[in-house]
Amino acid sequence: MFIQNRQHNLGLGFLVVSLLWLTSCSTVKPSEKAYLSDGEMLLTLRKLEKLEINFQLYREGSAGATGGKSGGGCGCN
Amino acid sequence: MLKINLSLLGLLFSLVQIYAQSFIMDSTMLYKKKALSFEEANIMSSYYHQEGNHSAITGGVGTEKLSDFANVIDLKLNRYDGRGKKYTYGAEFGVDYYTSASSDKIDMKVSSASSSDVRVYPSLNYSVENEKTGLVLGGNVAFSKEYDYTSIGGGFNFNKKSKSQNTEFGAKINVFLDTYSQIVPSEFRANLPSRQQKKGEIGNAARNTYDLSMTLSQVISKRFQLALTLDFAYQSGLLSTPFHRVYMNDGSLLRENLPGSRFKIPIGIRANYFIGERLIIRSFYRYYQDDWGMKSHTAHIELPVKVSSAYSISPFYRYYHQTAIDHFAPFKENLVGAEFFSSDYDLSAFASQFYGIGIRHTPYKSIANLFSISQLELRGALYDRSDGLSAGIVTFHVQFKGF
Repeated sequence: MFIQNRQHNLGLGFLVVSLLWLTSCSTVKPSEKAYLSDGEMLLTLRKLEKLEINFQLYREGSAGATGGKSGGGCGCN
Repeated sequence: MLKINLSLLGLLFSLVQIYAQSFIMDSTMLYKKKALSFEEANIMSSYYHQEGNHSAITGGVGTEKLSDFANVIDLKLNRYDGRGKKYTYGAEFGVDYYTSASSDKIDMKVSSASSSDVRVYPSLNYSVENEKTGLVLGGNVAFSKEYDYTSIGGGFNFNKKSKSQNTEFGAKINVFLDTYSQIVPSEFRANLPSRQQKKGEIGNAARNTYDLSMTLSQVISKRFQLALTLDFAYQSGLLSTPFHRVYMNDGSLLRENLPGSRFKIPIGIRANYFIGERLIIRSFYRYYQDDWGMKSHTAHIELPVKVSSAYSISPFYRYYHQTAIDHFAPFKENLVGAEFFSSDYDLSAFASQFYGIGIRHTPYKSIANLFSISQLELRGALYDRSDGLSAGIVTFHVQFKGF
């Protein structure tokens, strides 16, 4: 198996800590989300970032976890 | 008598109140019970240019000069059913035109067909959102076609918001079934039937991609939110490029050969924080590992500053580092007798930096009371790779919103 134990534990630890962190947050009411609703605060890629990711996908060997394209198309030039 | 009259009056008031409430509810439902309406449209363009000297087509040496002009338009329509469900219909159409100096070297004698090419990629998507339960179900189909490559894809997505709307889980499954029309370099055409020699086509090969992506988003405070994304991607079929040359350590020439499957696991975290009234920190980190021996780290930070209510400026910086796959070696360094080999520098060990600035204008300018221009954005950035490849990209976006 290509995932070594050390990296596996690191990933698992990262996930556990993240989940603990996430579940310990305070509740924010919809009326208090003015800052969170700002267009710059979106937890997704900007539209234009998708075009930037597209060339990085071709010029770099790794991809994913960005919510963008992860397959299809060649980009072999 | 007076008591009875007061009771009747109370009853009447209650009925009026109930009627009024039901009228208000019905009005709300009627308000949302719309026919298909325009929600949003986006037009995006980009111009990308790169220079480098490690083309995989010529065995890891030679020009990588390439230009790409991309245009994408998308359209989103929606309708409500009056029972709290929102139906969204989306369509996207993209066209890329590129010229590639290295592709011109597939055939060393004459200019290759793919030295310039057009790629078209239309797609459709559909989703149903239940606004009461916070559940979204959707699907998409996609198509992509260029001279020697065709891709057909489709997928499903699921999203669920918590009751407080502070937590959201999303999962997405996508499958891409691609067909490679294999074109081989001119040195490998001697034994082909004469009809195939000119183009160098040796038949089709499949390349399939299966991708599962899961995202957990969480509001941490009034100014801070983050998202954790974990992907599992599996590819099978022809994963090497048929026209990539590899010069072995004895000087012999072969075509690139890579394993027939690849399993990738990227995990990313995105965190956004609003500081004061004008500054936002957008950050992203990703760790990636696959079974070809590649590991990578990506860190991205962007600092949008609101210079006025309608303008913001966003400088950004991205650092990326990857290790080489097990089967990579430079020009004339792949070992004779190895099962798999490549001199593609996109799969080599390198670090890259990507940095630039964007300006965003949100005019909300109404056009004929039908829709508004909600956003204009221009971004420019430079890309430097430690193996010497350098590139620049300029992108432009205009967004229209319905009322």
